[in-house]
Amino acid sequence: MSIELRQVSKRFGDVVAVDDVSFTVHEGELIGLLGPSGGGKTTVLRMIAGLELPTAGEVLIGGHRMNDVAVQHRNIGFVFQGYALFKTMSVADNIAFGLKIRKWSAADRARRVEELLKLFSLDGLGARYPHQLSGGQRQRVAIARALAPRPAVLLLDEPFGAVDAKVRQELREWLVKLHHELNVTTLFVTHDQEEALEVSSRIVIFSRGRLEQIGSPREVYEQPVNEFVARFIGVLNVLELRVTNGVAQLHELRFPTHGAAEGETLRIGFRPYAVQISANPRELRYRARIRRVYFLGVVLRVEMETSSGLVLRARVSKEDFVRQAISEHDEVSFQIRSYRVLARNGDSLAPEVSTEHTVPEYDPGI
Amino acid sequence: MSGNVPHSRSRGDRKSSRGIEEPPWIRRLLIAIALGFCGIFLVLPLVNVFAQALADGWGAFGRAIVDPDTVSAIRLTFLVALLAVPLNLIFGIAAAWAVARFEFPGKPLLLTLIDLPFSVSPVVAGLIYVILFGLQGYFGEWLDARNIQIIFATPGIVLVTVFVTLPFIARELIPLMQAQGSEPEQAALTLGASGWQTFWHVTLPSIKWALLYGVILCTSRAMGEFGAVSVVSGNITGRTDTLPLRVEKLYMDMSEGSAAFAVASLLALLALVTLMLKTFLEWRHERDLARGQSDPVSAFSDPAEGA
Repeated sequence: MSIELRQVSKRFGDVVAVDDVSFTVHEGELIGLLGPSGGGKTTVLRMIAGLELPTAGEVLIGGHRMNDVAVQHRNIGFVFQGYALFKTMSVADNIAFGLKIRKWSAADRARRVEELLKLFSLDGLGARYPHQLSGGQRQRVAIARALAPRPAVLLLDEPFGAVDAKVRQELREWLVKLHHELNVTTLFVTHDQEEALEVSSRIVIFSRGRLEQIGSPREVYEQPVNEFVARFIGVLNVLELRVTNGVAQLHELRFPTHGAAEGETLRIGFRPYAVQISANPRELRYRARIRRVYFLGVVLRVEMETSSGLVLRARVSKEDFVRQAISEHDEVSFQIRSYRVLARNGDSLAPEVSTEHTVPEYDPGI
Repeated sequence: MSGNVPHSRSRGDRKSSRGIEEPPWIRRLLIAIALGFCGIFLVLPLVNVFAQALADGWGAFGRAIVDPDTVSAIRLTFLVALLAVPLNLIFGIAAAWAVARFEFPGKPLLLTLIDLPFSVSPVVAGLIYVILFGLQGYFGEWLDARNIQIIFATPGIVLVTVFVTLPFIARELIPLMQAQGSEPEQAALTLGASGWQTFWHVTLPSIKWALLYGVILCTSRAMGEFGAVSVVSGNITGRTDTLPLRVEKLYMDMSEGSAAFAVASLLALLALVTLMLKTFLEWRHERDLARGQSDPVSAFSDPAEGA
């Protein structure tokens, strides 16, 4: 079922945890709520579940207003960050808990538990107790327990926070697969942008209780609505240029003024992929030295330092890297292929002028 | 394979403890001091109680126990415990729940107040109730007009017993419930359980050992309390004497020396039973915790995680 928030706010005393947030999760979607810690994501999730009540606004599930519906009757599955398994019950009893409450017959319960144990690769662990399981297994028991009564929506709070990196990666892939099979509307909270990009069909980005942007991973990465989103999703190089003699400049880097007056500051941002590097120190416009190369699999992140001491990050494909035989401490040349003009005042939450400019068309004429 | 892990673990433990080992003579000295104190201050008096109780033979012992006044004291003692312990149970759970689950302005005060009975002399506790409910007390006249007697009667004894035993259950539960947090309960709610079902199926099982432990300690204190009860009871033989008061009275009455010890031995026996129950519960609890842990490899044997 769909989930809809209409102008929802939540205040704890004087603290505004969630500020006028509206968004819709369509039936069957897998959506990530992403943002820095303390951004209000978990509060949003808990309000959908009914564990918190909104101070203002409406929460709808399946088109029905839920504000006055108790948590027990919302038919949601909730997975807590710490799993919150019942430690006095076996795995099977944990999974069967919601079914028992709903008065399923013993035979139906047993069948459903078996089915879920199988689906969650927990075969043979039904008689175990939570403390006898690994972190990843506990996690899956928690999800199985939440899904057992066939909830309308599944809500997960930092589902991969408490396990190590390798298990986290497996769980991510597994969650996508599970969602594909069950197709239950799923909303999960995370502070890890990589996790959100990989798992979600759409991402909701929060910061300081406000919704910054909602969109597909590609949209929020390629068309961030403001500097906060641009910096939070992926890496962004930011330059503060001063307009002198009709050109915005910072050391040897020069850009058009984009309407900024003489003496004013112009801020621009560009992604590492927008930086083109050549092993020939004379081929491209600017010169730099490679400081460090990070291997990220098929791409490499290159950290380089210009002769004036600016540190910029670039992304190079592995083939390109091998073909050009670039290595650390090499002198290279580079240019910035595209960039964005950022809000002038430097407030990371101010709206951005989202114009893309392609450098080849730009001729400083100097 | 499952046999290997605990083996190597215990070997590691022994090795690490060897590094901080004291010389043998210090060990022996410390053990001797501890055992010596226990012997002189705990075991000897206890043995003496039973020896004195039986000094005039089993017959005298039996007669002392079945004496109508003693029987009435036993009955009153059990009645008081039977009333005070459930009251404490309700208070203990309510207080622990409030402290562990909610934030409210008077919380630090409540925590301090719970400890008050530990720090106040029981005699003072008794006097407080006399001042409140006694004939010359604040509510004395009002109560007297309605023919309600609290002081020098069973209600007063129950009240002071509740007062002195107040911390026992709450103190057991608070740290445990704080450590456990409320997430499992919230999880039960999201799974459709009502508040009562959540308490019954989730909260209670997770605190049951601490609860039982608190109840046992509370019961033994409720039965053994002397000071506070002495102040409010009025020492009416056969009516407001509890076991500890009866022991004192028999002892003061010099002719009945062995009878005093006979009754005292009953109290001592209660204490021993309490200790045994407590030990048994601790053992059960530990076994509960360890249930199934004999196979430590299991946590890593899930094929889906590739160990």
